[in-house]
Amino acid sequence: MNPSSVLVVGASVGGLAVAEGLRREGYEGALTLLGAEQHLPYDRPPLSKKVLSGALAPAQTQLRPEAALERLGAALVLGDPAVRLDVTAREVTTAAGRHLRADVLVLALGLQPRRLPGDALAGVHVLRTLDDAIALRAALLTGPRVVVVGDGVLGTEIAATARSMGLDVTLVGPQPAPLANQLGLRVGGVLARLHEGHGVVLRLGVGVDDLLGTEGRVSGVRLASGEVLPADVVVVAMGSRPAIGWLEGSGLPLADGIVCDARCKAADGIYAVGDVAWWHHEGLGTGMRLENRTNAVEQGIAVAGNILGKDRPYTPVPYYWTDQFDVKIQVHGLLSGHTDVAIVEGDPARGQFVALYGRHGQVTGVLGWNMMKQARQFRPHVVERTAWNDVVPATRSVTLADGPSTKTVAI
Amino acid sequence: MRVIVDLPKCCGAGQCVLIAPQVFDQQDDGIVILLDEAPPKEFHAATREAASVCPGAAIQLEEDA
Ligand SMILES: Cc1cc2nc3c(=O)[nH]c(=O)nc-3n(C[C@H](O)[C@H](O)[C@H](O)COP(=O)(O)OP(=O)(O)OC[C@H]3O[C@@H](n4cnc5c(N)ncnc54)[C@H](O)[C@@H]3O)c2cc1C
Ligand code: SF4
Repeated sequence: MNPSSVLVVGASVGGLAVAEGLRREGYEGALTLLGAEQHLPYDRPPLSKKVLSGALAPAQTQLRPEAALERLGAALVLGDPAVRLDVTAREVTTAAGRHLRADVLVLALGLQPRRLPGDALAGVHVLRTLDDAIALRAALLTGPRVVVVGDGVLGTEIAATARSMGLDVTLVGPQPAPLANQLGLRVGGVLARLHEGHGVVLRLGVGVDDLLGTEGRVSGVRLASGEVLPADVVVVAMGSRPAIGWLEGSGLPLADGIVCDARCKAADGIYAVGDVAWWHHEGLGTGMRLENRTNAVEQGIAVAGNILGKDRPYTPVPYYWTDQFDVKIQVHGLLSGHTDVAIVEGDPARGQFVALYGRHGQVTGVLGWNMMKQARQFRPHVVERTAWNDVVPATRSVTLADGPSTKTVAI
Repeated sequence: MRVIVDLPKCCGAGQCVLIAPQVFDQQDDGIVILLDEAPPKEFHAATREAASVCPGAAIQLEEDA
């Protein structure tokens, strides 16, 4: 009953997790990993941190040593993007004209950065791939004035890294504080102070109108307020879209990602994993897509199990982390849409704390700020959705009537 | 099986501790502690899964050792 062949499209962390999961579970059939990029499977989180700063050489991001990849017994086809899918035949056509057919297909395609009009100017960068990171690092080494457009996780990480390299850095974004939509204003404000304390100039609560250039090179960024920020390098980190353009018209259900059921199945014999997969989370009773590394791996492992007949819904407790300056932030569960926040350990003023997030009287997420182990120790409350009042003393709790990003609160 | 952890790559996620608490623990600062560098057979599957899940790609396995 096991398939005799599996083709994984997307040879990065999610795709590799599927392949490793299949072999771990004893799958002995044919296995192919098809990837658009030339590189052996590598890891993205270090790109905005240690690769940009130079602390890690590009080659050190490789996810597995070559011996481990060989042991996997998979055919690796690299540097050849899939361009067409035949859903019923389960056949993929590549840019180079290969035709690859398999009993089961897994799509682990990841994302493509959103772009700004005018970003063909020299000096404008995005950061998604290893090649992007190498190009951006080379640009940063020339000592430019940097403007980072985007106040999310990626933008703040890039700003922190570039500032740590001694550059003049301005961070621009529409939110009142970096990551305010996710973390709320309280913790977003702590993040803003961290950046300002290290000398990053913040221009928040304002959108970007235009990229300005002279002779084909970027010269600045014009804000909606009319202000012009001069820049030699602009990094656009305004979010990303699922890399599914080539699947339009294939008949595969697409929306904000590849639409899957609770088992991460999109069609007969076709699954999706990682950043590109929108699936139904049975535990939370809602459809979602997660853009983080642990999800790509855990979903890959779950899909490997389902391919081999386990038939289990995928119901993870989301987890991500980000490193900014000397701060390591860990997030377990979901913070977005929270109505309650409380600091339950430590103190933001001392640079170490754990914040609990809740919604409708239940704990939904926990954030650790330089308190990794302690944050993990609160994770069971997230798993069990403990009643808010059972964990948080009333004196420490604050309820935000209008949601996290509409009010300033002090806890 | 031999387990090798690359400490500078560890981001302190603790996913390894959740999956294979017999093999991994975490220091207070979050960085992994390897409890058993040659875990017995019954923990091999969990150790392989921990290596796969580890967000820092900090856990490598030598299977033949
Ligand atoms: C700079 C950066 C920093 C990050 N930092 C963190 C972090 O600190 N913590 C965290 O939790 N997450 C972080 N993430 C997110 C994390 O890297 C992703 O969630 C994870 O890589 C998703 O894995 P994936 O396999 O789904 O997609 P990807 O890693 O994007 O891999 C998809 C692969 O598919 C290939 N592909 C796309 N289209 C095709 C095609 N048509 N044919 C063949 N191949 C194709 C791509 O080339 C790519 O290699 C970061 C991401 C970036 C970019
Ligand atoms: S899972 Fe990996 S990154 Fe996390 S604590 Fe363990 S070794 Fe470190």
